Formats: sequence, C-alpha cells, structure tokens
Amino acid sequence: MSTSSPVLTPESAPPAAEAAPPRPWWTRVSLLRDYSVLLATVALFIVLSATSSSFLTKTNLLNIVDQQTSLGIIACAGTLVIIAGAFDLSVGAMYALGGVVAAQLANHLGVPEGIILGILAGAVLGMINGTAVGVFRINPFIATLATAIVFGGLGLIVSSEALITVTKPSFQTFGTTEFLGVRMTTWIFIAFALAMGLLLQRTKFGRYVYACGGNEEAARLSGVRVGMVRMWVFVISGLASTLAGALFAARVGVGDSSVGTALTLSAVAAIVVGGTSIWGGEGAIWRTIVGLFFLALIDNGFNLLGVDAKYQQVVQGTIILVAAGVDAYARRQRR
Amino acid sequence: MSAILELRHVSKRFGGVLALDGISLTIARGGVHGLVGENGAGKSTLGKIIAGEYKPDAGALLLEGEEVHYSRPREALRQGITYVAQELSLVPARSVFENVILGSERTRFGFLRDGLARDRYDEAAERLGFELDPRVPVGSLSVADQQKVELMRAIARRARMIVMDEPTAALSPHETERLLEAIRRLAAGGTTIVFVSHFLREVLAVCDDVTVLKDGKHVMTTPSADTTADQLVVAMIGRQLEGSYPDKQMPATDSPVVFKASGVRLRKSAGQIELEVRRGEILGLAGLVGSGRTELCRALFGLERSAGEFFIDGEKHSLSSPREAIAAGIAMLPESRRDQGLVMRRPIRDNVTLAHLDRFGSGGFIRRGDERAAVDQALAQVGVTSGRNQGNVVNLSGGNQQRVLFAKWLLETPKLLIADEPTRGVDVGAKRAIYDLLVQLAAKGMAIILVSSEIEEVLGLAHRVAVMRYSQIVGELGGPEISKEAVMRVAFGSEAASAAA
Repeated sequence: MSTSSPVLTPESAPPAAEAAPPRPWWTRVSLLRDYSVLLATVALFIVLSATSSSFLTKTNLLNIVDQQTSLGIIACAGTLVIIAGAFDLSVGAMYALGGVVAAQLANHLGVPEGIILGILAGAVLGMINGTAVGVFRINPFIATLATAIVFGGLGLIVSSEALITVTKPSFQTFGTTEFLGVRMTTWIFIAFALAMGLLLQRTKFGRYVYACGGNEEAARLSGVRVGMVRMWVFVISGLASTLAGALFAARVGVGDSSVGTALTLSAVAAIVVGGTSIWGGEGAIWRTIVGLFFLALIDNGFNLLGVDAKYQQVVQGTIILVAAGVDAYARRQRR
Repeated sequence: MSAILELRHVSKRFGGVLALDGISLTIARGGVHGLVGENGAGKSTLGKIIAGEYKPDAGALLLEGEEVHYSRPREALRQGITYVAQELSLVPARSVFENVILGSERTRFGFLRDGLARDRYDEAAERLGFELDPRVPVGSLSVADQQKVELMRAIARRARMIVMDEPTAALSPHETERLLEAIRRLAAGGTTIVFVSHFLREVLAVCDDVTVLKDGKHVMTTPSADTTADQLVVAMIGRQLEGSYPDKQMPATDSPVVFKASGVRLRKSAGQIELEVRRGEILGLAGLVGSGRTELCRALFGLERSAGEFFIDGEKHSLSSPREAIAAGIAMLPESRRDQGLVMRRPIRDNVTLAHLDRFGSGGFIRRGDERAAVDQALAQVGVTSGRNQGNVVNLSGGNQQRVLFAKWLLETPKLLIADEPTRGVDVGAKRAIYDLLVQLAAKGMAIILVSSEIEEVLGLAHRVAVMRYSQIVGELGGPEISKEAVMRVAFGSEAASAAA
C-alpha cells in the first residue's frame, strides 16, 4: 500500500482535473532530512562503541546525559520558540541570573525558597521578552539581544559581581542526589523533555505554536492570538533557562553570574542539527534531543580518542553548516 | 516568420514525476506565444525551462538555430531571455528607477552612472507606453504598476524574449487590458513574448499562437485565430465541460436576513456601506481591483479598523477581531490560500481544526479520536476523502487545498461565509466543484458573500450583486438585471448617477 501522499478522491469533480501529482521525490528528500541525524547518531554510537573501550560504560553514558541537562532543558524550550517563528538570544543570561538568584535567596531565605524563586524568576524574564515580541512586535532577535544585556547586568547586580557560595549543604544535596542510580538533574531533564513533547504534539497550544510559525496570517485569521502564543513560548523559555540555571548552581553549590554565555548558541545548534527548521513552523522535541546527543557524542568521542579541542570546534561548526544546508535544500526541493 | 526558439524533445522530471514529456515546439520571432493547460500540466515548468530557471533533463533548446545550454537565469539573461514570474521579484523599498535598472546598471570605476541608465529607462518606458514616477518606491505601487516595472526591467535588459507566468492573475479587467496592449506593442517592436496563463480569453486576445499542454505532453499548437476558448478547454482537459455553472436556486423571498452591516466606513472612504445578506443567499461583491472589495471582507471579519454596526440574526455584535467574528458565526476564505489561509507545512488535520480546537479540548489536550472523526466528516462535505495519511497540505493540488480550506470553515457550520477569490489558482475542473459546493451550502441555508476578480464567476453564482467603487457600494443588481455589461458600467462609474442605491 502506498501511503506516500494523501489519498484525496473527489466525488463531484472530474478526475482529470483533480489528480494531485504524486510526489515520491518529495518524500525522499524529506526522509533524508527527517532521519539523517538519527541515523548519523546511531552510526556514531556504534563507531564509538567499537573504537573506544571506555565509551560503552554506564558511567560514561550517564555522564554524557548528565552533562547535557542544562543545555537540553534550554534547547527543548528553545525548540518551541523557534517553531513559533521567534528566537530567544537571552537564554544564557537568564540561565546565569536564575543561578545567582537561587543561590542568593538560598542563603537568605532557605534552600527550597531559593530554588523555587530562582526558577520563577524565569517566568518574569520570559514575560518581559514575550511582551517585547508578542505585544510590541519588536523583532525577536533584537528584543532578546537587548534583554540578554539587561539580564546579564541584573545578574551582576544580584551577585554583586562575586561568586555566591551557598553555605547550606542541602542546596548541593538537591543538585547531586541520585534516584535509581541516575542523578536527579537527569530525571528533571527527561521529565521536562517529555512535557515539552506532549505540549507540542498533543495540546491546543502546541498546534498554535506550529501555526504561528508556519503561517502567522493564517493563524490570525483562524482566531489564534499570535502575540499571546509567542508570549507564552518566551515564558516557557525563561522558565527553562532559570530551571537549568538553578539546577546547575545547586550542583556546584555556587551562583555565578558569568556562566551560560555559550549556551544560547549551543542550544540553537542542537535544535538546527536535529532538523527543526530555523524558519519556524516545522520541527519536534525528539529532533532536538537527537541533535543534542549527536553533538555530545562527537564531543565525547573526540575526548575519548584524545583529539585536540580545536579540531572539535572545526568539526562541530561544519556539522551545523551541513544541517542547515540540508534544511535549505529540502525547502527548495519542496517548492 | 522565422523561429527564435525551437524546443526538441524537452523533458523534465521532478523525482518520480515526469513534469514535461518530450515537448517539441517552435516559437516564432516577434510574436506572442501562449502556453495553456490545467494546473500541473507543465506550462509553468516549460516557461521556466525557456527562461533558464530550470534545466531540462533531456532534449535540446535551439536559440536562433543554435543549441544553447543554460542552467540558471543569468545565462538565459545574457542571451536576452527574461522571466517575469507570477510572484514579482522587485525590491519594494527601492525606487521604480532602481528596480528597472537593477542588473543593467552602468558604472565607471564602480560608481553608478545614472545618466546612461536613465536613457535605458526612458527607452523602456517609451516602448511600453507606461508613465510611472521613477522616484517612488516600488512597494507603494499597485500590483498592476509593479508588473509594469517588471516589464520595463525586462526591456531595459534588452530582452529579445520575455516569458510571463500568469501576468494577469492579480489584475482587474481594465488593468489586464492595458497590460495586453503593452504586450502587443512589445511584440510589434520585435520582442517575442511567451505568455503562460489560465485565462483563455486573454490568451486568445493577445497571442498569435497557442500551445496546449496536458499532463506534461504537448497536445497541440495552433494559431489563435483558428481556435476558440471551448476548443482549448476540450484540448486541455480532454473532454467537454458541461455548463460551467450550476443552476441558481434562488433563496425563498421571505428568507430572513442573517447578516446586516450598517454604516460601515472603510479607511479610505468617506461614504458608508449598508449591506444585508439573507439566509441561503449568495451576494456577489463586484468591482475593480482596488475598489475596496477585499477591505470590506476584511472589515466584516474584524481585520480592518472600521466604523459601523454589525447584526447577526438581528442581534448586534462587535466584530473587532477574527476571534469575535468566528465566535459570532462568520467564516472567511481569504484571498490568498497560501499566504493567509493554510499552514502549508502542516497536515490536513491541523489545518482543518485550527480555528475550532476548543471543540476538542479538555485541559488543553486535544481529544484526537473526536478530532479525526470531525475532520473526516468536514472533508467528506467538501468531496475529499483523506486516507489515514497525515501528509502536509503543501503536497495537495490547488483545488484540493482550497477544499481543505472550505472544510476548515465547515467544521462548525457558519451563518455567514465570506469567500474572497475562492477559485484563484485552481484549475478548470476543480473550479466547477467549488461552484457546486457554494451553491449547495447556500441551498442548505448559509448566507454567502462572494468576491471574485473573474466577473463571470460572480454573474454565474450570485443571486444579487453589489458593485463597489472607491470603497463604497455604488450599485446593486438583482435577478435579471445581472449582466456583465451592467456590472461593468457601475464598476467603471459610467452609470453612477442612475445606479447609486
């Protein structure tokens, strides 16, 4: 049975006029883009297992996952932002600010309060971004570039330009506890990714996110409040950033306003390598997870094989370029 | 007349689909050559191959008897062949002059010499007989004027052959006439035109020869003097079309007014618009492009800031956003399916339910079984049965895309359906299906406002026609008064005094 294109049969119309040309080529191009990263990741996994004895060990694998939690949480939320047709350049700054707020308040108010308020700060920051983009219709690139600077400054103010060492031991306990042999932070990452996936695929909000990014005007004419949808994706992005920031601060026991600068672009890299279109309207959470681990495996492989870090950079950059190229090619083919 | 271009067994494949299958064709120098066919017949593909936008997979192109191989527009341009696409390729923020000269700028040491370019500009303007202010930004011009800029650019580039893809699709009848005139002038001056179009009357009016394509194959090439629109249609679809429009079923004389708009004032206009549509009635909105038809539709759907009061079933409603309009029972098929109607890279299902997701929501989650059932039902209403497949709408033919759009608004039966250009870019056979659907919906009691640039469509379907000019309704015609001449007289204002309601 061929299911490569939708079967539409007219009842009242003459068949000659209606037959949509079957387009298996389209399917093929899309398959290339849909699953090439997945295949590459699996292939890389097999190669690394074969070439390095220390790769396929529980410790190494769990480490890889655990190292990706911050980036992963941010990239999952970032996937929503990009699918909605926006961009959030302030995630790194929010990440740092979340960490210092959590640390500062943990010292002053108590550990649970610190962590919770540190995370909730992200909602406020996201709302600021969302208002700028969704209500005042400022270009998301510029808006979040500006707020990133503001949030970075706030981080310096809250931390008084110093590392905030949390004196209460329970702060770090939270960041390093294990459950079933896996770190709590990893569990939170998994839960967050699942929640984002469900939100995107199964809810009304998820549909609106795709519609806003895919065709803003069509969404508006369907009664979707495009500005509000964008507002909410920024709130989610803010929450994800401060969640990741607070977890990181808890893990190291220190709030540091200078962390996270590389996260912003690494998140975009993971999203794009996974195959989510930078132009919005297309993509998925599982793609971002695959993209994330593809890049992480390359990193890990280079380390295990003892290759100099400068070569890693060249390879990573090339991969991002290739991924974006495949996206551009697929788009051209489908016109 | 000698041949400027000869195609020999040209084929083009897109993956598995043979878009063009061994086309052989001769295009005479200094003539206008029409390419017609249904959507997907390959006429645009052929135009693009002639203009170097696509590279043929097999076969040869002989330009003035010499075989040429070009694989990108730039190479074709160097041979004097230009392509004027359906979507214009202008730089909106820059002036008419700069746009015309783009690509043929004269420079010395890298600096522009506008004086020399100016001569080219004037020459192009003169050859085409256009008078545009060269200093205004192109973005501020009407589509018709932008098209003129494209043509002037082709001439400024010293084109000896211009391929035009659906140049009249966005033009009013009057503007179309002006464009056809310019094309004739160009041809008389020795430029060869390849005219790709859906509009057979225009093709017959302007072309010396017409080529009909069907399913990527060459059906026939004939002098237009020797053929008729009916014959072309038969050649295009391979059989005779029965009457193009379904029979009109007039609404009952006592059928109640479903929708009433009172004192509507569109942005540009001083006058007020009064409008009523009854249950089961199709009200046609006619008028030239720019007469305010689309603006009025948008105002009724809460998209345009406008003064006025709106009543649905006698009850007053505020219509200040699409949300409110939808909640009040109004649906709108927008003018451009691709830009305003559909999310092209999403599945049919998502598109059909986008405006009514609340129906399937419980705590934000979508009940997918219910959704699937409702989508199937709505699709069945418009004569489409979708397989289990979740393919994206971008893969559907224009006609089926339009039906998906109908299905979207039939998911919750609206009281008033506003259909703005419901058959634009849809091929001949699919048009009839859309007409049938509109008539059926009206027969079931829906009130419909129909806007179309193809005046025959309005004449063939509407029970009553409101004619617009200068963002006002300047006349209304009903029943036997509806004729093309009458509508055009009012639209052009030659009968303004007597027709003003």
